[in-house]
Amino acid sequence: MQYGKFSLVILVTTLIINSGACAQVRTYPDLGTTPSAEQLKDWDISINVSGDELPPGSGIASQGETIYMQRCVGCHGQNLEGTSLGKPLVGGQGTLGTLTPKKTIGVYWPFATPIWDFINRSMPPNLYNIPVDPSQKLTADQVYALTAFILYKNNIIAENEVMDRETLPKVEMPNRDGFIPTNLDDVLDYRGRGCRAGTCP
Amino acid sequence: MSDRRRFLKSSAAVIGGVAVGGIKPAVAQRMDDTSGEYWSLGYEPNTPDDPRVYGQRSRYVTSLRTYNPKRTRATDDIHTPLQDIEGFVTPAPLHFNVNHGSAIPDIDPSTHKFMIHGMVDKPLVFTMEELKRFPSVSRFHFVECSYNAAPPERRYPDATVARTHGQTSCSLWTGVPLSVLLKETGIKDGATWIVAEGGEAKKRTKSIPLSKALDDAIVAWGQNGEPVRPEQGFPLRLVTPGYEGPANVKWLRRIKLGAQPWIAHADNPGHTTLRPDGKGRWFEFEMGVNSVITRPSGGQQMPGRGFHPITGLAWSGGGAITRVEVSTDGGRTWDDAQLEGPAHRFAHTRFYMPWKWQGGEAVIMSRATDEHGDVQPSLHELNQIYGVQTDYWLKIKDSRGHFNPIQPWRITAEGSITNAVWEI
Ligand code: HEC
Repeated sequence: MQYGKFSLVILVTTLIINSGACAQVRTYPDLGTTPSAEQLKDWDISINVSGDELPPGSGIASQGETIYMQRCVGCHGQNLEGTSLGKPLVGGQGTLGTLTPKKTIGVYWPFATPIWDFINRSMPPNLYNIPVDPSQKLTADQVYALTAFILYKNNIIAENEVMDRETLPKVEMPNRDGFIPTNLDDVLDYRGRGCRAGTCP
Repeated sequence: MSDRRRFLKSSAAVIGGVAVGGIKPAVAQRMDDTSGEYWSLGYEPNTPDDPRVYGQRSRYVTSLRTYNPKRTRATDDIHTPLQDIEGFVTPAPLHFNVNHGSAIPDIDPSTHKFMIHGMVDKPLVFTMEELKRFPSVSRFHFVECSYNAAPPERRYPDATVARTHGQTSCSLWTGVPLSVLLKETGIKDGATWIVAEGGEAKKRTKSIPLSKALDDAIVAWGQNGEPVRPEQGFPLRLVTPGYEGPANVKWLRRIKLGAQPWIAHADNPGHTTLRPDGKGRWFEFEMGVNSVITRPSGGQQMPGRGFHPITGLAWSGGGAITRVEVSTDGGRTWDDAQLEGPAHRFAHTRFYMPWKWQGGEAVIMSRATDEHGDVQPSLHELNQIYGVQTDYWLKIKDSRGHFNPIQPWRITAEGSITNAVWEI
């Protein structure tokens, strides 16, 4: 049958092209196993600046404030001003070019998604390797809410703005252009951008 | 030896093998003796209690790491006593240690898993046992904290070289090249970055160019012939030769490939230096070409006039050290020092120069050059690069990473030695 033969040719060609593109010739095929979908989902907690790794969920500042007052205030302070146990999460405007620069979220961080990533992976910190009670792990909704609260307290978003996987990556951070080189694609060429002897221009 | 062991051993010797206080001394047999009891010990032979099976250093050797108890969180900022190190390898128990406020995790290697995924053709999970079946390499590399030798560490005249430069250490790392594992997973077109993640409570990550991963990064389980120590990342550590400390991710559990950096906490704000105009320098990656004289050095006392070799360590994130010059007159004249042995790429390199101290005041310092021809800057040269005056470094209230100016030591006429970095 004409049609069948034709599609077989396409199938074979696709297979060849695919395997060519993959260069999937394993030298040690018996070492390593394929992770299950669940394992991938559990482990993959990195959130890049495009935000396409963000999980579903959402939250607003007022919800975040409630959680903050229970889980974060002891180390980061009533007004997010920081304590001896935790960094300030607000303030520092106008300090970067001075002798007392403050690299706070509102002043220094170029993107908003890393706030989500950091709270989700590291906060509250488990300083003594105490086994974590799973019910204490922040949910995605809670992390969105806390992120919204911190952004709101930095006057970067409005009080009622909903943070989710669509809106969070679009939040414009004040210091987005505060880095050399500004364009992320230019970062890779270490010597090309003039770095030498450990110092970049 | 623990006090308990010392006690057991001596009581066993005195009472000749009679059980004391309910603890029954074990009876050891000589390997070639099949006749039964040979001598009595206070411990089970060939167990971890047996002092013979894991060697101890002499009790006359007292060299220790140091840290500032006021500033240091539980396990952070513990410095290598560089003044006591022989050759260019740092013994693992003296390796500097920074854990960013995380407790050292207690990871069982039999259940530890390491995953590679993201922009790969085939994501894979490896057990430790599987990783060790790959062809392995052993390479000498230093790991250096980005903030090693930063202005606060060099602030005081009485600073020792452990204080000023003790956050770099050099080990023989054994593991599988990451490139070998990435060949197994395949790499999708467009992938340019990896993010590497640790298995400690805070799960710190660092974004690293894929080119570096393919070039010379090692997924390491061995350090100086032993398993990597827990404080250095047991059971698995990513070693990125010459890159700033945080890129050498400890307790490695995951690497993901992508098309952009992740701007993780350790990428920013954690490890970026500010220009005086307030712009941040991010992704400086390579530690600068650097060197320091470790003997004679700060806090030591010259024992007398006469022959005193000058020796120290040089290293560079740019590759191999090709030259070290030493000055004994505050930088007016320089002589080439000898480099000891082969200068491994991205490794500490020991230098040596014979010298006679005449008893007068002297300012001694070293200057390294690496395979790119990059020369370690003087403080003046660094000031020019940054567009600042020297007092800027002492006044600025910000962590200054990648600070590698020449380190001068002043020897007074009485033979005491002080840090002179701000004076020259
Ligand atoms: C036990 C004290 C403690 C608690 C509780 C705590 N934090 Fe933190 N937090 C810290 C410390 C310490 C740091 C600095 C971490 C570092 O540099 O690695 C930090 C850093 C942060 C940062 C990054 C700030 C920066 O500029 O680097 C954010 C965001 C943050 N915490 C959010 C939270 C939130 C949200 C909570 C509550 C869910 C929380 N923290 C609870 C101690 C704490």
